Amino acid sequence: MKMDVSTPDDGTVGLVSPGRGAGLRDVLSSRFLLKLLVDKEIKVRYRGSVIGLLWSYVKPGVQFIVFYIALGIFLGLEQSARNPGGLPNYAIYLFSGIVLVNFFSEALGNASRSIVMNGGLIKKIYLPRELFPVSAIWVSAIHFLPQIIILIVACLFAGWTPSVLQLGAAVVGFVIVALMATGLGLIFGAVNVYFRDAENLVDLLLMVATWASPVLYAWTTVRDQLGQTALNIYLLNPLTVGVETFHYAFWMPTADQTQALPPSFLSLWVPIALALSIVTLVLGQLLFRRLEGRFAQEL
Amino acid sequence: MPISIDIKSIEKRFVLRHTRSMKETFLWLLKGRRGDLYKKFSALEGVSFTVEQGETVALLGFNGSGKSTLLKHISGVMLPDAGTVRTRGRVAGLIEVGAGFHPDLSGRDNVFLNGSILGMSEKEIREQFDSIVEFSEIGEFIDTEVRFYSSGMYLRLAFAVAVHTNPDIFLIDEILAVGDEPFQKKCLAKIKELNEAGKTLVVVSHDLDMVSKVCDRGIVLERGRVVMDGEVGDAIAHIRAS
Repeated sequence: MKMDVSTPDDGTVGLVSPGRGAGLRDVLSSRFLLKLLVDKEIKVRYRGSVIGLLWSYVKPGVQFIVFYIALGIFLGLEQSARNPGGLPNYAIYLFSGIVLVNFFSEALGNASRSIVMNGGLIKKIYLPRELFPVSAIWVSAIHFLPQIIILIVACLFAGWTPSVLQLGAAVVGFVIVALMATGLGLIFGAVNVYFRDAENLVDLLLMVATWASPVLYAWTTVRDQLGQTALNIYLLNPLTVGVETFHYAFWMPTADQTQALPPSFLSLWVPIALALSIVTLVLGQLLFRRLEGRFAQEL
Repeated sequence: MPISIDIKSIEKRFVLRHTRSMKETFLWLLKGRRGDLYKKFSALEGVSFTVEQGETVALLGFNGSGKSTLLKHISGVMLPDAGTVRTRGRVAGLIEVGAGFHPDLSGRDNVFLNGSILGMSEKEIREQFDSIVEFSEIGEFIDTEVRFYSSGMYLRLAFAVAVHTNPDIFLIDEILAVGDEPFQKKCLAKIKELNEAGKTLVVVSHDLDMVSKVCDRGIVLERGRVVMDGEVGDAIAHIRAS
């Protein structure tokens, strides 16, 4: 809240302008409300469903099996006796990328819709509107947790012995993707109030996202098919970097560390991706604050 | 008395947009149909007044006169295009019954969610919880999902949460029309009690008899302008005469 400077003794000291919040900082100060909104979302989503939260295991599970059979076996990406050129432990390679991209898709998709979905409330009561995109991201992180546990269990069966650096890289990779999703979620969430096309644009973007990062294939394919410049552009995508940190942390330790990371990955591309996602978040916040003044009348 | 609400010459124009599709916007711009994209009209024009702490103000006027829009500016939901709105302390109220209630959650969850949305801390809600349930007369149904509530129960719980937020400025928009006679009386008593404790009240209502019981001052709006500001009796007479 912004304090107005007034001369004393006229009874106006301490008056503030309502409806002008501090953006994401207000979300930090209303953590309890954030928690209640997240709880509500989880309770409401699986209300009346028999297997409840299990759906967040079933959906990626089925997706994984389909991709594994179609790409790993039919299209020969999996390394085997007959196919020595493929990726060793392709199942783990695939799953470690899928869980992160799924988190990104769910987070961005829901955050983009969150403002319009909560329009009834936003029109009537003032509260920091950033709460809605942020709670959408939070809910997706809660759905991400069981998937990462399954991934770790699978890795342990495959003889997983990660180094501290590798685990740290995965944490940084997750942070990059989460910041990116929050920034884009603020942008598309706010634009969606004015143009409902935004959510369709996001759907399109998410469909491309799975294929524009090395989830199903290895990054080396990009270099071999399109050359070094194309690879550099490819690595500018923070989602690509995020996925590659997950491969580094979960898949490489099970594949005898034979596969290499892209050149200067940890020293150059990870910092660039982190910077890009922070810039996205700042831009998202600025745009959101510009547009939120008219949410109540546009919804 | 210190000033509780200070409104200085605010303007609000609404844009009626005729399309929400990027394709149509683009096509219409190309075809030179820019004028068809939107129409503007003024919802508030040059509205200024101050309310001192502890005053009870009724905003009166016919449908479309800008009363609810003005209330939304005081709560911060809307921002003025020009002019300033300033308030002191926590603003809360019933802008619409049960905004922020979720039908699939239990009454208990909704008390926490709604209380928190209206600006209460976790500690405040826990302290006030029993009192809220008692005031609402919901009793054993507090753990039932709200969608099974009757409209009266819904209203009572929403009102109970709102009055327990302990706001400095309490905004009420057309809510006492619902609910049965005894509960209405109870609400009026509670509103009076809040006022005696020094809270500022701003009420929007078409129920002129209720308004004359609750408020001392009346502000009449006509097409977004203040046309009368004075004793509530005079304001009601002005409305009835037009």
